[in-house]
Amino acid sequence: MYPVTYHRPASVEEALHLLAEEEEAMALAGGQTLLPTMKQHLAAPSALVDLAACGLSGIRAEGGGLVIGAMTTHAEIAASAEVAAHLPVLGLVAAGIGDPAVRHRGTIGGSVANNDPAADYPAALLALEARIETDRRVLAAEEFFEGLFATALEEGEIVTRIHLDPPKRAAYAKFPNPASRYALVGVMVAETAAGIRVAVTGAGEDGVFRHAGLEAALDAEFTPDAAAAVRVSPAGLAADLHASAAYRAHLIAVMAARAVAAC
Amino acid sequence: MTEVNLTVNGRRVRRDVPDAMLLVEFLREELRLTGTHVGCDTSQCGACLVHLDGRAVKSCATLAAQASGGTVVTIEGIAGDELHPMQKAFNDHHGLQCGYCTPGMVMSGIDMVKRYRAAGRELTEAAIRAELEGNICRCTGYHNIVRSIRAAAAEM
Ligand SMILES: Cc1cc2nc3c(=O)[nH]c(=O)nc-3n(C[C@H](O)[C@H](O)[C@H](O)COP(=O)(O)OP(=O)(O)OC[C@H]3O[C@@H](n4cnc5c(N)ncnc54)[C@H](O)[C@@H]3O)c2cc1C
Ligand code: FES
Ligand code: FES
Repeated sequence: MYPVTYHRPASVEEALHLLAEEEEAMALAGGQTLLPTMKQHLAAPSALVDLAACGLSGIRAEGGGLVIGAMTTHAEIAASAEVAAHLPVLGLVAAGIGDPAVRHRGTIGGSVANNDPAADYPAALLALEARIETDRRVLAAEEFFEGLFATALEEGEIVTRIHLDPPKRAAYAKFPNPASRYALVGVMVAETAAGIRVAVTGAGEDGVFRHAGLEAALDAEFTPDAAAAVRVSPAGLAADLHASAAYRAHLIAVMAARAVAAC
Repeated sequence: MTEVNLTVNGRRVRRDVPDAMLLVEFLREELRLTGTHVGCDTSQCGACLVHLDGRAVKSCATLAAQASGGTVVTIEGIAGDELHPMQKAFNDHHGLQCGYCTPGMVMSGIDMVKRYRAAGRELTEAAIRAELEGNICRCTGYHNIVRSIRAAAAEM
């Protein structure tokens, strides 16, 4: 790892100041993505601004929904009584991320800020129409997730909280890459106040996306068969050593059907 | 440089180290606690697993500076006058061959037994296998590791 300067500010204001002061500074959350990336010299920040002491962790029930601090770990979300009561599907998503040690340190804020094209939370948050609060604004998930590792975050902007309302029903089905446990394909199906939402991770060349064909089919008939009958086009899907675009297209319909069956 | 203060296996330690130093480097190189291993460069093998503030973490994916102020337990810190039940079970059930993954397996085993007990959930064989997701063993084929953890859970 290249040399780096470590800071642990005691407030969001102080963290913002440190991030603004140094051009190559980066926020550090659980470090489960950033530190391995730095070890491989794929990232070389001059400074790390650890958000651990900024008071950004914790889960709160509010107005029938949930407000989750950015520094809340996957393990905390998986074990939370509030999450189990208001949004059990999110607890299941969190429990399926990586392995126990990754879940003990990895955070929801780090995961959404990173927007890995195979990560689980982006699909969950997109289908659940979550709102992502930062130090300066609140963004709909739809506006927040922009593409491959790309988000609407500006330089030095910090994700502070995630706001979620319970859906009428929802389930997530993931086909994990057997080595990394990231989603080869993951599909979140949700019925929200606005209608049926189907969000797909692991498959898009351009990161997480909603699938209009599956949403229309499930809007007409909310059954596993209706999802399985949708012919998903491989256009725009990723192809790599793990799976071809055609295989991923097939898996999307299969995972959507499994998610509907679990709703 | 950054000042790192830790309680490691019950002993308070203080060192000035480079900010970029990983917790595993701090343990192995500063404290000479070489029981914690490094088995990969991708945060996937679990050979480096230690307990930080009571939770299993990968010390290769944690900075020493991040851990500062906390309490660390490594494989060297779990036995009293006798082996810890988890160590004894790995011995009795032939849960290791080359032993490279073993410190991580033992720390992972202790962590899962404690977590399941605290949550009032039964640590079944299937649960042990799922919990071992982040610990890779190239020798044993896992069967005896699973047996060892089951046996230790009954003793702990
Ligand atoms: C072995 C392994 C398996 C994994 N498996 C999965 C999996 O199955 N599914 C999955 O979804 N993920 C998986 N992950 C990734 C894991 O969930 C990470 O924890 C997560 O992607 C990043 O969260 P973090 O808290 O560790 O962030 P960090 O690594 O600390 O940061 C990641 C990035 O986000 C930025 N950042 C962090 N917090 C904020 C914030 N609050 N505001 C603005 N920017 C911020 C950082 O600057 C950095 O660029 C895995 C990781 C490992 C090592
Ligand atoms: S050395 Fe830490 S996970 Fe492999
Ligand atoms: S005993 Fe050799 S790697 Fe597990």
